[in-house]
Amino acid sequence: MAGIGPPMLLFGVFIIVPMIAAVVLSFVRWNGLGTPKWVGGSNWAAFFRDPVARTSVVVTAKVVVLSYVVQTPISIALGLFTAGKQRYRTVYATIFVLPLLMSTAGIALMWESLLDPQFGAFTALARSWHLSFLQQNWLGNPSLALYVVIAIIAWQFIPFHTLLYAVGRRQIPVVLYEAATIDGASPAQLFWRVTLPQLRYTVVTSGILMIVGSLTYFDIIYITTDGGPGYTTRVLSLDMYNAAFVQEQYGYASVLAVILGVIGIAVAVGLVRLTGFASMASQQEGAA
Amino acid sequence: MRPRFRAGRLVAVILATIWLVIVIAPLYYMILASFRTQGTYLTASPWLPTGGLSVSSYSTVFGAGLGRYLLNSVILTAACILLTVTISLGAAFRIVRRTSRAVSAAFVVMLFGLAIPVQAIIVPIYVLIYKMHLYDTLFALILVLSAAAIPVSVLIMVSFVRDIPRELIGAMLVDGGNEWTVFRRLIWPLSRPVLATLAIYNGLNVWNNFLLPLVLTQSGNVAVLPLGLTKLEGLYSVNVPAVMAGVLLSVLPLLGLFFVMRRQVMNSLGGIVAR
Repeated sequence: MAGIGPPMLLFGVFIIVPMIAAVVLSFVRWNGLGTPKWVGGSNWAAFFRDPVARTSVVVTAKVVVLSYVVQTPISIALGLFTAGKQRYRTVYATIFVLPLLMSTAGIALMWESLLDPQFGAFTALARSWHLSFLQQNWLGNPSLALYVVIAIIAWQFIPFHTLLYAVGRRQIPVVLYEAATIDGASPAQLFWRVTLPQLRYTVVTSGILMIVGSLTYFDIIYITTDGGPGYTTRVLSLDMYNAAFVQEQYGYASVLAVILGVIGIAVAVGLVRLTGFASMASQQEGAA
Repeated sequence: MRPRFRAGRLVAVILATIWLVIVIAPLYYMILASFRTQGTYLTASPWLPTGGLSVSSYSTVFGAGLGRYLLNSVILTAACILLTVTISLGAAFRIVRRTSRAVSAAFVVMLFGLAIPVQAIIVPIYVLIYKMHLYDTLFALILVLSAAAIPVSVLIMVSFVRDIPRELIGAMLVDGGNEWTVFRRLIWPLSRPVLATLAIYNGLNVWNNFLLPLVLTQSGNVAVLPLGLTKLEGLYSVNVPAVMAGVLLSVLPLLGLFFVMRRQVMNSLGGIVAR
């Protein structure tokens, strides 16, 4: 049996080596051809001077915070709802999963045409129902585009987090609810005193996945707005993509990549600490 | 049941139904739009199935190479599933048996890999693939996407293999079996449901991945579906029905799979993190 060798080889060559290389590249100037030139910290200095980078940091922070604030309560509510055993809730749960099956590219293209200011579906509603506020240049209006993108991202990811919360809710022992009800707990008390505390691991896991996911979010923004209008939806990962594959400044792109990676690792280490993956304790051992 | 409970339940159903509409409405719009022609798309209502329906968009996208993209996606996904599932099961067995200190160290390194977003290492990956003369090949995508799936796969497999009672393994070893017998007769048959979970989870991720094909390939004959869809859009930017038909066709295989094994897919997606 091959054991640990093959996955380590694959993982080493395509994940570990690039990770080290990203750090090294952040100290060189290189356009992909020719020899890389060592430039010390000048790429890093350029990052801190670059107004576009500063905008990207702010836009990325907005995406992360708003995604979390929007997605978490909706996912919890829908997760608790779909965890119920009634037949109709299974039907709801099944339909809720559908966006998860779509590729990000598909979702982006679908919303792009739906939101089209001339022929889109909202514009049609605006005309036939005389609701003029529905007629907007959703993805082209600088004060709207970012929020529309965040809404599309929520449409894509809420299904996944709903599933997580549904699974978490089903694992809560029924006796806890029975005991609390006998003690006269109201539905609100059941939620705050039993459900939420019991879901704490799910809250942490889902929260970290949301944060890391939206921190590095790329696909939908790249396809729908490509960072525009202006720089209003230009997130860090898009900035990095442009630096590397449009402007061919691999050194500067690597600075952005390292920043993304470091924040991602910092957040995920938090996950490991909080949920105890590192202790290698299995679910069964933990439950005993 | 007290009335307060019943009112709460009604509110819950209403809110859930609102979300149901939010999920279904865009999908319905897309399906309807895909059955328009370029002409009727501009004139007919985007919400009502009146004003003429047609399947011409579907033949348009197949003419534009969607069949090729579909085939590439199938090859890529199947290869990645096969590769990650087999090697991570073998590795998990080793890690749990703790055959050496190096194995445990390797596991910690892989756990660390869970934290690395692929965006952060895409530039060196591109350079590496280019230097290996693998740029613009499906093989490059197979290698990188499998590598990216290893941490989560190994973690899931480890937590599963660990729950297999040690006494069972011990008994087999006492009865004269070697490690290979244990793996083949005990671990492999027991782990088939988990393997299905992993295959579904990884398969969905690979099938829908966009960034890696975008960076590592360029020509149409190695384009996978998500990338191919954007190529369609570039080709037919004014032909929305064709793009919608393409998106819809790219979901159909997964939708088919989903309805055949709904429970397994949902458990797999929800359970992958809960485990």
